[in-house]
Amino acid sequence: MGMTMTQKILAAHAGLDRVEAGQLIEADLDLVLGNDITSPVAIKEMEKMNVQTVFDKDKIALVPDHFVPNKDIKSAEHCKCVREFAYRNQITNYFEVGQMGIEHALLPEKGLTVAGDVIIGADSHTCTYGALGAFSTGVGSTDMAAGMVTGKAWFKVPSAIRFVLTGKPAKWISGKDIILHIIGMIGVDGALYKSMEFTGDGIQYLTMDDRFTISNMAIEAGGKNGIFPVDDAAVAYMKEHSKKTYTVYEADEDAIYDETYIIDLSKLEPTVSFPHLPENTHTVPSITEPIKIDQVVIGSCTNGRLNDMRIAAGILKDRHVAEGMRCIILPATQAIYLQAMEEGLLKIFIEAGAVVSTPTCGPCLGGYMGILAEGERCVSTTNRNFVGRMGHVKSEVYLASPAVAAASAITGKISSPEEL
Amino acid sequence: MKAAKGSVFKYGDNVDTDVIIPARYLNSSDPAELAEHCMEDIDKDFIHSVKKGDLIVAEKNFGCGSSREHAPIAIKAAGVSCVIAETFARIFYRNSINIGLPIIECPEAAKAIQNGDEVEVDFDSGMITDVTTGKQFKGQAFPPFMQKIIDAEGLINYINMK
Repeated sequence: MGMTMTQKILAAHAGLDRVEAGQLIEADLDLVLGNDITSPVAIKEMEKMNVQTVFDKDKIALVPDHFVPNKDIKSAEHCKCVREFAYRNQITNYFEVGQMGIEHALLPEKGLTVAGDVIIGADSHTCTYGALGAFSTGVGSTDMAAGMVTGKAWFKVPSAIRFVLTGKPAKWISGKDIILHIIGMIGVDGALYKSMEFTGDGIQYLTMDDRFTISNMAIEAGGKNGIFPVDDAAVAYMKEHSKKTYTVYEADEDAIYDETYIIDLSKLEPTVSFPHLPENTHTVPSITEPIKIDQVVIGSCTNGRLNDMRIAAGILKDRHVAEGMRCIILPATQAIYLQAMEEGLLKIFIEAGAVVSTPTCGPCLGGYMGILAEGERCVSTTNRNFVGRMGHVKSEVYLASPAVAAASAITGKISSPEEL
Repeated sequence: MKAAKGSVFKYGDNVDTDVIIPARYLNSSDPAELAEHCMEDIDKDFIHSVKKGDLIVAEKNFGCGSSREHAPIAIKAAGVSCVIAETFARIFYRNSINIGLPIIECPEAAKAIQNGDEVEVDFDSGMITDVTTGKQFKGQAFPPFMQKIIDAEGLINYINMK
């Protein structure tokens, strides 16, 4: 009986020849990540431990990104706690405001996540790095604390669901439409405790940014991780960004999958998740009554990368957002911000009547920088549309791709770029 | 291990961490302060009526969404002695065990137990008793490895003992 790609990576990091689904293992960690919300809790937990030194100062990444630049005094205290911990322990990969970005866009860009790694992060969207062929998964603060000290974490080896992506997606179909389609199909607990393994000839048409978006939202289907095979595009990305040694693992031909879904990408249409669950998906052409919106957010760890900025700019160029529309655009890292500036994208955004923000998770989780009032509706390229996620409990979030979000900002209602 | 006994607060499917503890309060990591806002966006009365020892019973995928450990911390600090659900989201499950909040998967109990019922849980045997209706359910036992973490009252103590 063969192993899945995830199982092979876990076996190698547990020093075992083979593992099977359901087995409890202890694995060596290549990277432990935390942010300004989760790290202070981890640091407090670490203070209760007998050993208080970190296992490897080069294998910990601390990224204040949720409420920075500090939104209030309490957030400032949290960031100060993380900063002082980073200096005290000489953490190599601490990213201060000015160097930081949204963690899951930043770490691959900095070359800290590569194929074959085992990565835990005290942030649920840590599953993003599966796009590069790494096993990465979200944990809580206590696991982060234990990981920082021991360099190890316990895992239950997951079984897997295979998604065979075939065909070439149409012009406006991006990674976001693909993952929203999948979540709509299997539900928010459709991959609970399992790994989501993507394969198929359709992958060749997906940019790395598309793949990061797909792996990023594996958690929204309950998945433990979402992983792609390592192809030429992944290797080229790693060579451009990283000096780390990577290891390519491939699923065995006789690997066991709980289920296999075949998805013809050429048949997908722009897809939107309606309130209040990511599984509540509708295609844009199927929307019959206009859904008027008040705000658009383009950014986040899901869709704040350079391609997302380019797609949004391509639609907003020489157009203007609807009257009364607030359109907030957040390039996910300083490097993306700078590149977007050099390509003239920021000028396009500003001339279209959008605002451009420094990298922050702020609006995605209703922290700051775009909170919704009672009854307001937002089309957002973020990842969750739970009750109260972006503000008032009676506000509504519609999840969509950057293309749909930009088109909707112009028309003032949920729209496909085809309608412009 | 001790038993839990109290009245039940019953919820449905997909109770997410954003309603358990909204992100607008995540500028704090103080358990007591987090507890004051526990379940606020789904049940404003919860924190005013919950008593020490009470239980939360929910259906599918309890704790889905963010990895914020603040969610089980808020529930524990609000006085909840145990959470029973049909299924739990993976990270919430891990976090609860790691901080020593007892949680039990039991689809039958999750369906049958009603809001306000008096419920008793024996952690050693995994037996769940609905005192109000007299019905009994067998919850899923923890694998021995996780039982060790729970017995140590959390992952940090477990590692310290190793």
